[in-house]
Amino acid sequence: MLTRSIRISGLAAALMLSALALVLTTSIWAGAQPKPAPGPRIEIHGHKYSPATVTVPVGTTIAWVNHDDEIHTVFSTTQAFNSPAIETEETYSHTFSKPGTYAYFCTLHPLMTGTVIVK
Amino acid sequence: MTDDSNRDTSAPSEDPRDAAGVDRRGFLKCMAWAGTGLVWTATGGVLSSARLGPATAEAAGAGDFSFVQISDSHIGFRGEANPDVMGTFQEALRRIRALNPAPAFVMHTGDLTHTQKPGAFDTVTEAMKGTGVGQILYIPGENDVFLDGGKEYLGRFGVGPQRVGWQSFDYKGVHFVGLVNVLNYKAGKIGTLGAEQLEWLEKDVERLGSSTPVVVFAHVPLWAVYPKWGWMTDDGAQALSYLKRFGSVTVLNGHIHQIMQKVEGNIAFHTAMSTAWPQPAPGAAESPGPMKVPADRLASVIGVREVNYVKGRGRLAVVDTPLT
Repeated sequence: MLTRSIRISGLAAALMLSALALVLTTSIWAGAQPKPAPGPRIEIHGHKYSPATVTVPVGTTIAWVNHDDEIHTVFSTTQAFNSPAIETEETYSHTFSKPGTYAYFCTLHPLMTGTVIVK
Repeated sequence: MTDDSNRDTSAPSEDPRDAAGVDRRGFLKCMAWAGTGLVWTATGGVLSSARLGPATAEAAGAGDFSFVQISDSHIGFRGEANPDVMGTFQEALRRIRALNPAPAFVMHTGDLTHTQKPGAFDTVTEAMKGTGVGQILYIPGENDVFLDGGKEYLGRFGVGPQRVGWQSFDYKGVHFVGLVNVLNYKAGKIGTLGAEQLEWLEKDVERLGSSTPVVVFAHVPLWAVYPKWGWMTDDGAQALSYLKRFGSVTVLNGHIHQIMQKVEGNIAFHTAMSTAWPQPAPGAAESPGPMKVPADRLASVIGVREVNYVKGRGRLAVVDTPLT
């Protein structure tokens, strides 16, 4: 009976240690990579980014959604971020981790321009 | 005829090859562009035809020849405006193969591919072999260079040791110049040829006598078709200033997926149909882009262009043929 009790306690201790390890690992991982804050969606429609200018806090992820029947891109004028081709109803996202003013445009339709201000 | 005059070619006429002197012919249809202040007028100067086919070969003079322009095949496009861009492209190529006499060469004026996916250029060049024409010329559209700034395109199709996209050559007394106006896209600006290319062009045509017929081909129109939609080349006027002294200049463009024509002095401008889908007339929609038409109408708004040169005749005859 005693023996059995010890065995159970050993198992419980092992489980507790595993749980603790998991919690620690999770906190360390979460501390290194904070979950990006969801930000505004920028709709692409009729060869326009809407809204064309957004202001967001550092760490915000912005999603561009293309509603046109043709492809567009989102290219930073300073090469800070470049999307692939965004096809119809596809989304491109980018997380802004540094403050600054980011001008961007569509490399297929350069008259399409927008700005992201990160504070 | 003022500089704003444009000519519509939708009125049918006979094949220009059996119509010597038809270049003074009047065409009738007028079309107003809502909101642009431009009106298409209808006096002569530009040939058109409702037919492009075999069995029209005549005894061509030794100096005469024809060539073909196709444009905007957009291989890789998957939208509703044309669910089978490869099929319509191949149909266009079949039409070219059937030409008699065979064209001297075929030029593709850009947007070979739609999304620059790996292998797309291979698909296009392989398919082009179906024309049976040995010499194929390419000039890029923005869809061929928008992701990598032209690296893949120029590596593959670039000319000379510097692998530039622009090029020139002479064929049977006609000087051909291919220009690239999709590689200098800047945010908020209309595309340009750029100083280096302009300098090259000025030198390239310097040696030519003014009676040399000149054909210029480029993707985006070199003239201001509709600046609001970027349908122009910002420094196009500079390029054209080097060509004003020539007695016959023919400018062939794509990009806008519809036929538009204009004559300015000795320079005749022609934009071509796509082999993939049409786009709206300038200002007729909120924005440019693939225009969906009823499936049974698609073939009538996409097509190919044959250009005929008859030695000693001033203007080249441009024959646009839909895939109906």
